[in-house]
Amino acid sequence: MAEKKYQAGVKDYAATYWTPDYIPLDTDLLACFKVVAQEGVPPEEAAAAVAAESSTGTWTTVWTDLLTDMDYYKGRAYKIEPVPNDPTAFYAFVAYPLDLFEEGSVVNVLTSLVGNVFGFKALRSLRLEDIRFPIAYIKTCGGPPNGIQVERDKLAKYGRGLLGCTIKPKLGLSAKNYGRAVYECLRGGLDFTKDDENINSQPFMRWNHRFDFVMEAVHKAEAETGERKGHYLNVTAGTAEEMLERAEYAKSLGARIIMHDFFTAGFTANTTLANWCRKNGMLLHIHRAMHAVVDRNPYHGIHFRVLTKCLRLSGGDHMHSGTVVGKLEGDREATIGWIDQMRESFVPENRARGLFFDQDWGAMPGVLPVASGGIHVWHMPALVSIFGDDACFQFGGGTLGHPWGNAAGATANRVALEACVAARNMGRDVEREGKEILLEAAKHSPELKVALETWKEIKFEFDVVDKLDIA
Amino acid sequence: MTAIQPYNATERKGETFSYLPPMTPEQIRQNIQFMVSQGWNPAIEHTEPEKSFSNFWYLWKLPFFGETSVDRVLAEIEECRRMNPSHLIRLIGFDNFTQSQGTAFIVHHG
Repeated sequence: MAEKKYQAGVKDYAATYWTPDYIPLDTDLLACFKVVAQEGVPPEEAAAAVAAESSTGTWTTVWTDLLTDMDYYKGRAYKIEPVPNDPTAFYAFVAYPLDLFEEGSVVNVLTSLVGNVFGFKALRSLRLEDIRFPIAYIKTCGGPPNGIQVERDKLAKYGRGLLGCTIKPKLGLSAKNYGRAVYECLRGGLDFTKDDENINSQPFMRWNHRFDFVMEAVHKAEAETGERKGHYLNVTAGTAEEMLERAEYAKSLGARIIMHDFFTAGFTANTTLANWCRKNGMLLHIHRAMHAVVDRNPYHGIHFRVLTKCLRLSGGDHMHSGTVVGKLEGDREATIGWIDQMRESFVPENRARGLFFDQDWGAMPGVLPVASGGIHVWHMPALVSIFGDDACFQFGGGTLGHPWGNAAGATANRVALEACVAARNMGRDVEREGKEILLEAAKHSPELKVALETWKEIKFEFDVVDKLDIA
Repeated sequence: MTAIQPYNATERKGETFSYLPPMTPEQIRQNIQFMVSQGWNPAIEHTEPEKSFSNFWYLWKLPFFGETSVDRVLAEIEECRRMNPSHLIRLIGFDNFTQSQGTAFIVHHG
């Protein structure tokens, strides 16, 4: 049925890619972009251009378009919406047919959705706000190697959040001195310690020396406390081969958990490592260096909730989420929005949390959110209230900066956490009564008392840069 | 600032709430109330202290599926303690929705 004739030239994107009557299919991948168009470009044309350039289109008509069924493969801009309180921008909603993307490859999804289109001249700026992955696509991805439930069972830790600490100074310690710092934290009551993301295998401490000393510290602290513990051994490396070699060595030493920087290393390396972890029963902690480069500008880039969804698909058992209360950026409602995407099996659309779509995760395991960055014991009541039990709270300076040392700092944090959880279980409003709860607990814990005195003045009360656009 | 206190030999601990003073009977009661109000099924496990690192402690009877009476759970803990006075005893709240334990903590130290 040859109905279309080939006509060379340039035609408006909207003629092909703006389809306001389209009703998205359950199998479509949906995306919401925040668009600021160049002056004189109508919103429908800009939205259509985004749909075209992120799917089948190019700037001119080509004869080979007629060799396929473009209506089957093209992305469609199906809705535009004003951005509340911002006349310069609008939201464009685009539906992509499932067959545009390779199964199990967030790499392929991102190459399309945030590819060339972000440099497109007709747009002043562009931000990918949210993606609705259809359950049909999610079922093709491996996801977290273990998930929250399996991690709890492996570690035998229930009914409370987990506690971690990043070892500092982040660069420059020898392997043995570093292992000492780990041992003190773990014997004091932390569940985990963590390599700083900057630590890979530098001249001052090669990776295999670090692994050896750290694992001795972990094993000794486990034997002494009778509790299960871990250190996130950072296997991030310059090549995927080297990454896997480090992971194998960590396993040979009996490590329970390793760590990876998913964004600087890239999704391909991350998915490879997640698959290795699934096969080898290893927990995988994910750091997010470089994320703020692409997710902090409210007008251009990729929102963190999208990176979160992509990481859950690529695979990781822990993921840094921000703290709401510490030194790093993060609005409270928006943060709850993306930690729901990490942990839940179904998350409904909720504009007040920046969620543009219902998201069905099916049976995909959950990722444990990690709150880290400038937090200390005084933040504990708020952290327990915001995150609940399924989270890992990491106090770096807030453990190592204790006047009596790491073990005392660790104990202070553990006492504070357990006091808040116990108070919540016994029906108290932990956030409102936080001060009294901590002071009561400190009567039985000199370590906590000193911690409370040390950090009482520190607050981080700058306004967030990336606020939710809500009416 | 108080002078530095040494952190002495590491103490053996038992996971959740083991860094707080032992719970009073009233605190245990409130925690069972919380467990039941979450819809979790109470259960009791016990073990010889030297075997506590294993995943599998002795299960006391069966989990008390659907039990909402705090008093009956307390009575089971008491009976378990009477028959195994030297054992560690922990109380568990099985969450069949997450297929995990909503909470678990030691209520008797032997």
